Amino acid sequence: MKIGLFIPCYVNQLYPNAAIATLELLQKLGAEVVYPARQTCCGQPMANSGYEHLTQSCNDLFVENFSGFDYIVAPSASCVLHVKDHLHTHTNEKAATEIRGKIYELVEFLTDILKIEKLDAHFPHKVGIHQSCHGLRGLHLAQMSELVAPAFSKPRQLLKMVNGLELTEIERADECCGFGGLFCIAEEAVSVKMGKDRIADHTKNGAEYITSPDLSCLMHMEGILHRNKSNVKIIHIAEILNSSPIKA
Amino acid sequence: MAAVKKNQPPLTILPDISIFQVHEVDIVKKYSDVFTGIGGLLVSAGSLANVKDQIRLNFDQNKRIFTTIPSLSDVAELCDPQADPHSLFDVELAIVEARLAVAENGAVWVTEDVMGHRILPYIAQHLAVLVYEDRIVSTMHDAYSKIGSEDYGFGGFIGGPSKTADIEQALVLGAHGPLSMTVYLIN
Amino acid sequence: MKNTLDHAALAEEFNKDEDRVDWHDGALWWIRQKRDRAANQTPQWEELREAASAIKANVISNLHDYLIQFEENLKKNGVKVYWAADAEEHNQIVYSILKDKDIKQMVKSKSMLTEECHLNEYLEERGIEVINSDLGEYIQQIDNEPPSHIVLPCIHKRKEEIGELFHDHLGTEKGLSDPTLLTRVARKHLNNVFLTRRAALTGVNFAVAETGEYVVCTNEGNADMGAHLSDVQIASMGLEKIIPERKHLGVFLRLLARSAIGQPITIYSSHYKKPRPGQEMHLILVDKGRSDLLARPDFRDSLKCIKCGACMNTCPVYRKSGGLSYHNTISGPIGAILAPNLDMKQHADLPFASTLCGSCSNVCPVKIPIHDQLYKWRQEIVRLGYSANRKTFSMKAMALTLSSPEIYNTAGKTGRWLLNNAPFAINNKFNPWYKQRDMPDSSQQSFGEWYAKNGSKTK
Repeated sequence: MKIGLFIPCYVNQLYPNAAIATLELLQKLGAEVVYPARQTCCGQPMANSGYEHLTQSCNDLFVENFSGFDYIVAPSASCVLHVKDHLHTHTNEKAATEIRGKIYELVEFLTDILKIEKLDAHFPHKVGIHQSCHGLRGLHLAQMSELVAPAFSKPRQLLKMVNGLELTEIERADECCGFGGLFCIAEEAVSVKMGKDRIADHTKNGAEYITSPDLSCLMHMEGILHRNKSNVKIIHIAEILNSSPIKA
Repeated sequence: MAAVKKNQPPLTILPDISIFQVHEVDIVKKYSDVFTGIGGLLVSAGSLANVKDQIRLNFDQNKRIFTTIPSLSDVAELCDPQADPHSLFDVELAIVEARLAVAENGAVWVTEDVMGHRILPYIAQHLAVLVYEDRIVSTMHDAYSKIGSEDYGFGGFIGGPSKTADIEQALVLGAHGPLSMTVYLIN
Repeated sequence: MKNTLDHAALAEEFNKDEDRVDWHDGALWWIRQKRDRAANQTPQWEELREAASAIKANVISNLHDYLIQFEENLKKNGVKVYWAADAEEHNQIVYSILKDKDIKQMVKSKSMLTEECHLNEYLEERGIEVINSDLGEYIQQIDNEPPSHIVLPCIHKRKEEIGELFHDHLGTEKGLSDPTLLTRVARKHLNNVFLTRRAALTGVNFAVAETGEYVVCTNEGNADMGAHLSDVQIASMGLEKIIPERKHLGVFLRLLARSAIGQPITIYSSHYKKPRPGQEMHLILVDKGRSDLLARPDFRDSLKCIKCGACMNTCPVYRKSGGLSYHNTISGPIGAILAPNLDMKQHADLPFASTLCGSCSNVCPVKIPIHDQLYKWRQEIVRLGYSANRKTFSMKAMALTLSSPEIYNTAGKTGRWLLNNAPFAINNKFNPWYKQRDMPDSSQQSFGEWYAKNGSKTK
C-alpha cells in the first residue's frame, strides 16, 4: 500500500523527530511511504479563527499534494479531523472527497487499518496519556467520559504493546489542556491555567512522560513544563511506538 | 407569530417514547432506597392505625397538624377548603395522600384535590405523605401514563424535603418548603 | 449590565486569584461527576437524550401551531395570555398587570428570561419592589450582581462572603458563615415575604401545548410558596419552552435534574393549569430574538435548550473563568451560542472563549451540537465584520504563507533561525505565549529538510 505522509506545519518545523518516527514506524510495518514535499498545512488555524473562507488556496494545495494515495496518514489528530470535516475545493471536489475518506491519524491507522497486534518497541518509563479533544471527540480514538457507553481506547491499546511501559492514570480522563489553537494566545490566562491543571493531574499520579496523538497539546504543556523547570517530559506517541526494541 | 411561521424549518416527526421502560424486580424496595437516599424519611407503616401511632410519636400534638385524609381526623385537623391559605402559616405538619409514587426518583404525585389547599404541602414545616404500595410505578413515563389526560387545576411531583446547595454547594435540607418529608408506606 | 471588557480580559482578572479558580473549578467539576453518576444509573440514557432532541426538533419545526394550540388551551383554563416581541414589551406588560391591581411588591422565583429583560430594574424604577426568592438569586440581588450560573447563581461566592452580605442586609452576626444557619435566616426572612406579597412571578421550565399547563421546577419550593399565596400569579416564558404533549414531560423531567446537578428529579415539579378560585393567572409569551434564531439553519438547534447548565459544569473554560466573564445573562457554552444572535457587537468575543473541546455537546440532554455552533458563529462573526482588522490582516498573511510551499518553507526557516539566534526577538513581553510558557525548542532543520537529505535512504 502507498501512503502519503502528511506532516502538520508545526510538527514539520518544530518537532521533526515525531515526523521521522512516524515515517520509520509505517515503513517498519510494511508500507511504502511518500512525503509530498510541497505540503504546508491543513488550514485549521485560519478556519478555527473564523476565516474558513480564506482557506481555499491552502485546500487546493493539499488536494494537489495528496491525490492518488491509498491512504494519507498524519501524526496529528486535530489536523486529520480538520481535513475530514472541512476539506472542500471548488477546483476538484471529487479528489477532496476521496482524500477525506482516506485520511487517518496515526493511532487509528495502526489499530483500524493495519490492525497491528504487537509492536517491537521498548520504552521503560511511566507514561500518562493525554487524550486530545480532537482525537477523542472528533476522531473517536477512545470513549468519551460524558457518554454512557462501553469503554475503549486506541492509544492505550497500542501503548500496552510496548515493552517496559507503565501507564499512569489521571483523575479527569479527558479534560482539555487549553491549547485550542489561537485560544492559547487570545485567552492566555485561562489557557495556561488549563495546561497547568492538566499537567498536575499527570504529575501527581507519577507520570515521567506525557504522550498524545497531538503535538499541539504537548507543545503547550511542554512550554509550561519547561518554564516551571519540571522533570516531566512530553513525547509524541509515534516516538514511543517507534522506540527501539530491547537488544537481545 | 408571522415571523415564527415564516422562519420555522420543515416538519420533523415525534419519536416513539414507549421504548422507555424499566422493569423493577422489587419496586417497593427501589422506591424506598431512592427516597431515603435523597434525604427523605420512610416508614413501612402498613396500616393507617400504625400511621396514627407514628404521628403521635414523632410530632408535637400541641402544634397544628393538618390533613386532608378524613380517617386521620383523630390525629390531625381536617383542612377547611374555605380558609384563607395565609392562615396556614403556622402549620407544623401536613399529611396528605399520594395519587401515585415514582420509584426511579422517589417522588410522589399530588393534585389539588388531595392537597385541600395548594399551599399546604409547601408551607408546612414538615410534610408527611401516605403512599399505597400498589400505587408505586417505575418511571416518570409510567406516571404520566397513569395521569393520562386528567384535568386538574394544579398538580405537583414532590421528591423529598425542600433543599438548597446555593451556599458553596453545601447541602441544606429545608429551604423554603418543608424541613422534612416522611413517607408512610401502606399496603 | 453593560461592560466594556471582553471575556479574555475578565477571565484574566478572575485568574489572578488561583485559589479561587481552583475552588470554583473543583465545585463545578464535582457537579459534573454527579451528573455522570446519575446518567450511568439511568437505563437507556443516550436514547433518552436522542428522544428529547427529536421532540424539541419537532417543536421547532411546528412552533407556530403549537403556540396557537397552547394559547387556546391557556384561555380555556382561565389564564390570561399576552405576547411580547421584546424585553421592553414584556416589562411593560408585567408592570401594567401590577399597576392595574395597585400592587407595589412582588416576589419572583427563578426566571432567566426576566433576567435577560432586566425586569427587576424596570419595575424598581417605577416604584415596584421585586424580591428574588431563590436563595442563590436572593444573594446575588442583595449584592447587586447578576447570577453567574443559570442553576447555581452564586457558585462563585465563598460562604464567608455570603455571611458578610447577610450581616449587612439581614443583621446576622459578623463572621457567621455556616450554610445551614444562613439558610435558616433566609428561610425566615423570605417566609415573611411570601406571606405578604400579593403578586408572584415565576419562570416556565416546560409549557405543554396539548393541555395549556406549564411546569416550574425548583428544589427550594420558592415558586410554589410565592404562587399559592398570591392573588396575582404571572409566568414569563420564552417561545421555545413549548413541548407538544403532557407525556413528553416524562422525557424532559427525567433528563433535567440529572443533567443539571445529578439528582433524579427536582424536589418540586409543579404543574400549573388553572387559577385558584379568587386568583388571577397571567402568562406572557416572549420572543426576544427567538424567531430570528428560528430562521438560522446553522443555529436554530440552540432553541432546544432546557436550561440545565450541564454545559457550564463540564466546560473547562467556564470553570476556570467564571460565569461573570461572559458578560451575558446566560453564560458558558450555551450562552456563547445564544448571545451573538441577540447582540453580535457586544458578544462577538464569546464564541472564541472556547477551545472547541466538544465536552459540552456530549453532556447536553437535548444534543445541541454546541461546539459545532461555536465554530460556525466564528465564521459568521468574521463574515459580518466584527473581527479586529489586524486579526484579518494576519489571517490573510497566514493564508498566503500556507498556500505557497516556497513562502511557507522560508517562513519556517526564518522562525527557527530567530528562535536559535535571536531569541529576544520572540521571547519578550509582546509575545503572549511567552508570558507563562517557554517557546518550543527549535531544531536545526525541519522534517522537510531532513527528508530531502535522507528520505530516499529509508525503506
